[in-house]
Amino acid sequence: MLELVILALVVLGFIGFLTARRRVVAMAAESGVHSHSLPAYHGTFVALWVGLPALLLALAWLLLQDSVIDYLILAGLPEHITAGLDDARRSLVISEIRSIANGQVFGDPRPELVAAAARLKTWGSLAGWAMVATCAALGLLGLLLTRQRVHPDFRARHGVERILDVLMIACAVVAIVTTLGIVASLLFEAFRFFERIPLGEFLFGLNWEPQIAIRADQVAGHGAFGAVPVFLGTLLVAFIAMTFAVPVGLLAAIYLAQYSGPRLRTTVKPLLEILAGIPTVVYGFFAVLTVAPAMRAFGAAIGLDVAPNSALAAGGVMGIMIIPFISSLSDDALNAVPRSLRDGSYAMGATKAETIRQVLLPAALPGIMGGVLLALSRAIGETMIVVMAAGLIAKMTVNPLDSVTTVTVQIVTLLIGDTEFDNPKTLAAFALGLVLFLTTLGLNVIALRIVQKYREKYD
Amino acid sequence: MVAGSATGRPAGDANDEPEGTQAMSEVEVLEAVKPESSPATRGGPNLSATTAPRARVVARDVHVYYGETHALKGIDLDIHKNEVVSFIGPSGCGKSTFLRCINRMNDVIEGCRVTGEITLDGQDIYARELDVVQLRARVGMVFQKPNPFPKSIYDNVAYGPRIHGLAGSKDVLDGIVEGSLKRAGLWNEVKDRLKEPGTGLSGGQQQRLCIARAIAVNPEVILMDEPCSALDPIATARIEELIDELRENFTIVIVTHSMQQAARVSQRTAFFHLGNLVEWGETEQIFTMPNDERTQGYITGRFG
Repeated sequence: MLELVILALVVLGFIGFLTARRRVVAMAAESGVHSHSLPAYHGTFVALWVGLPALLLALAWLLLQDSVIDYLILAGLPEHITAGLDDARRSLVISEIRSIANGQVFGDPRPELVAAAARLKTWGSLAGWAMVATCAALGLLGLLLTRQRVHPDFRARHGVERILDVLMIACAVVAIVTTLGIVASLLFEAFRFFERIPLGEFLFGLNWEPQIAIRADQVAGHGAFGAVPVFLGTLLVAFIAMTFAVPVGLLAAIYLAQYSGPRLRTTVKPLLEILAGIPTVVYGFFAVLTVAPAMRAFGAAIGLDVAPNSALAAGGVMGIMIIPFISSLSDDALNAVPRSLRDGSYAMGATKAETIRQVLLPAALPGIMGGVLLALSRAIGETMIVVMAAGLIAKMTVNPLDSVTTVTVQIVTLLIGDTEFDNPKTLAAFALGLVLFLTTLGLNVIALRIVQKYREKYD
Repeated sequence: MVAGSATGRPAGDANDEPEGTQAMSEVEVLEAVKPESSPATRGGPNLSATTAPRARVVARDVHVYYGETHALKGIDLDIHKNEVVSFIGPSGCGKSTFLRCINRMNDVIEGCRVTGEITLDGQDIYARELDVVQLRARVGMVFQKPNPFPKSIYDNVAYGPRIHGLAGSKDVLDGIVEGSLKRAGLWNEVKDRLKEPGTGLSGGQQQRLCIARAIAVNPEVILMDEPCSALDPIATARIEELIDELRENFTIVIVTHSMQQAARVSQRTAFFHLGNLVEWGETEQIFTMPNDERTQGYITGRFG
């Protein structure tokens, strides 16, 4: 039905556009005055007023249609079917009626329900046609009303621009509202978790064993939700990743920005950025199938005991993944340092290395710091590599050769398989997610602040 | 035309304007001719004892190419010690290019090629064995736009002495910084805030900081590429005064678009046009009795 509405509105809008445009040209020619807005603005103004209100109405209609019909169907059912049913059971009845209406009949449905299904079908198509008719009428109304206003003096351009303003604001609001919604759901579920497990125990507890018996007769732990070892694991893996990525990325950026010729630079920089385009799952199996066994073999050769899923393997591969973040942003920061500073340093007789160390790096430091912090928040939030390459058991250790687990890994494992959403085990995922979100948010805010604060320095 | 009058400078021979702002407003190029004696130069600051510049730049048949473009076509020019030489000419005439040949700053430009010979005190600066780092320590440069490093005022001035290892101790370095800032006429304005960033100064102060930075390594020649083009008239007057004081110890080459400025600060002037050095000689002669009609046309404003 929505297709029909859209089709009708497109046709009406097109007609409105053409007639309004022709009309304003004719009126301007007749009265000899110059039209305030270009004819196309008049046409667009009419077309927008034809299309937008009716489209909004159609969307609102579709949102409400089902619940209204459900309500009417339920109200129309005989007393003995709905009597004494709670909301959940009522919605079961409704779904049964809907599946009958769709032709999926299981067993032998009660005749009242079959009758209701027939009614549902009729009402549904009735509502659909009513929507098409109403929207088309609204579009027509818009066409007639706005056509009245077409006149060479009418400021159609202002009208169009105002509508476009509103549209752009609406798009921005959608993005913001979505973010707020995600945060709100995180907060809400995390709050439910903290009703069961005290905040202090979660933040400072040293033991993480989220396995809880679902039935009374299951053999399982009582559950322990101290998140410290999990966060320690995340920090360890992220730290290993940064110790790989920061020097390599930074030196690569310095080489590209200062030493390489233009031809090499135009080849190497995109190649480096390909690293950022590799799917993380590929990094994941690279880590678990190639790097980890190699490290284990190397460790065995020199007499070290390396766990099969060591933090070193996961962190190292993650480091490779974030190299392009650091190198690309640092390269941009170094290139943004004005040429005059570089020339000033060379003119003082400074060598290339002295110029880089004493002038370029200090000047580019905010940009570099921003890149490093963005990479760090990426490393902390990274999931796929650690799910595949890091361990599952939370251990209080900072030994990079040992196996650790991370926050993201725990969230994944907590939500995989049979889950119950009033169980602390499942809700713990939201609490972990909330803390992770706050951490990366904080890092991003700091990064942006640093970049902004020092950016004006070389203007 | 080459030697002679340029080194020793008889009183009243050129167009000195040490008086600053008032003089700046004068439009006529050669109006004010004063007997030369600015107290600062005559007073002989004790720092001048440390420098005995013997610099003499001699350029012979210098050609510069930017890729396919022939930017300079056979320049022959001498620059004598302790004089201010100004390069004038319309935009794109090659005066800045030639300036940048003298400290080999053209090296950092992609596709730039220099032929011919430039010597500094008889030493070929384009010779293979010459260390460009040492050359630039002897030939300092001040740019069109003030470009202090994003460091403190102190570190800006200490930059050169540090990278060239001129100061053995903190005390010596402090002395160099103070002396350079004093010579650049900036000391009294910044002595209480040496730790503050140099980028926080005003435009004119920044340019004087850049001059202090250049003279901190005690160069023999200072190249100035339109040093006042980004400054207001008051700051310009201050810099011009400073150039006149610095002439006591340094040889100065200045590129300028302002003919009044050339007339005020320089003893000799070279006029460039379309990559050629059309005419060079004493400033007064260039501005009053030019030999070439292109010079005549340029200084009277018929083109440029």
